[in-house]
Amino acid sequence: MEKDIEALLTEHAFFKRMPAPYLALVAGCGKNVRFAAGQLLARTGDPANEFFALRHGRVTIELHSAERGPLILQTVEAGDLAGWSWLFPPHYWKFDVRALDEVRAISFDGECLRGKCERDSAMGYDFMKRFARVFMERLEAARLQLLDIYGNIPR
Amino acid sequence: MEISLAEPMLTVPFRVRKNRKETSDTRTLELAKPDGSAAPAWQPGQFMMLYVFGAGEIPISVSGDPAKRETLIHTVRAVGDVSSAICQAKPGSAIGVRGPFGSAWPVDRFEEQDIVLVAGGIGLAPLRPVLWTLMANRRRYGRVSLLVGARTPDILLYRSEMYRWRKRDIDVRVTVDAAAPGCQGSVGPVTTLIPRTEFDASHAAAFIVGPEIMMRFVVRALAQRGIPTDRLFVSMERNMKCALGFCGHCQLGPTFICKDGPVLSYAQLEPWLAIRNA
Repeated sequence: MEKDIEALLTEHAFFKRMPAPYLALVAGCGKNVRFAAGQLLARTGDPANEFFALRHGRVTIELHSAERGPLILQTVEAGDLAGWSWLFPPHYWKFDVRALDEVRAISFDGECLRGKCERDSAMGYDFMKRFARVFMERLEAARLQLLDIYGNIPR
Repeated sequence: MEISLAEPMLTVPFRVRKNRKETSDTRTLELAKPDGSAAPAWQPGQFMMLYVFGAGEIPISVSGDPAKRETLIHTVRAVGDVSSAICQAKPGSAIGVRGPFGSAWPVDRFEEQDIVLVAGGIGLAPLRPVLWTLMANRRRYGRVSLLVGARTPDILLYRSEMYRWRKRDIDVRVTVDAAAPGCQGSVGPVTTLIPRTEFDASHAAAFIVGPEIMMRFVVRALAQRGIPTDRLFVSMERNMKCALGFCGHCQLGPTFICKDGPVLSYAQLEPWLAIRNA
């Protein structure tokens, strides 16, 4: 029997130790989704009405360039999240998100979640702290990539 | 002729038996004594001082199988005059060898525990002897993971060997900082692999080699997962000249990296790494 969304969330790293009442509220905005390898989960410029909690497989965060094609910025995988444009106006995707393998994820309705976070500020704060950790980890990763630490030391 | 500890400054000539291209700037050299006798015994993590006549001498970790004693294997990246001269050495040419020097990875101390190896760039070379050791004694250890970071896919070392490592129940994960469109591998710094790796932090040790900045972030990520810093070991690189703790070039606080290191626990190093020069 397929697990319900709430049960799946308890197994996902992002929702670890989230209080049960919040999990129930969050689960109400989620649904199971699948993507085939190569399929876009999100496309730059499209309305960002959702984000994804990845349960299986990997995705690339890409920036498309007419001259250079899809530039891969980072890969994220099961246990990670993809997408935070849903949180901030004007709610448009800033990067492409593409499935590298077959991907199974929980997709969350951004408007539904924003509304619940506004109405229950304690849950909103808990949720925002979890997202802030993801922002911090991605920023740190991007900074390390920028440093080119494996390059020769300038003399 | 055996290198004697009584004559640690004596350079012994070896012949280059093979010089294999690994990447655009990195070569793996196989060195043998001209008379066919065995190379000096060494342990994973130790280094030799390699001398190119007319160019100079540098410390290079041994990167071969510790069970094979007839030759010395060194993987060298051409970054300076001496390392470039080593990389250009043709089969049959002579390279001077002193050593082995320094401390070894404490592999035996962590039998029955999970082992996490983290390598950045050329840092995979000093860890390869550990992989040989673990593969030869695989049942004595718990989960073994190898996390490899590199700048781009084309400069990954030992790509053809990774299949063999995976077959010996080693969880090999690779990530690069930058990749061309269409790359099917992982992109991101090596630290991003740590939350995804399975190990029991209360029964695990980690061996880490790479640029110092990378090691600092890796140590933090592993410590966050619960491995105490006295079970996180790093291989340090400093300006080593004598390799005996006499000249002081490689001194870091009370530690001579050449003699007390290069393999040291992070707990031992941490206070000294935090001191700024200016």
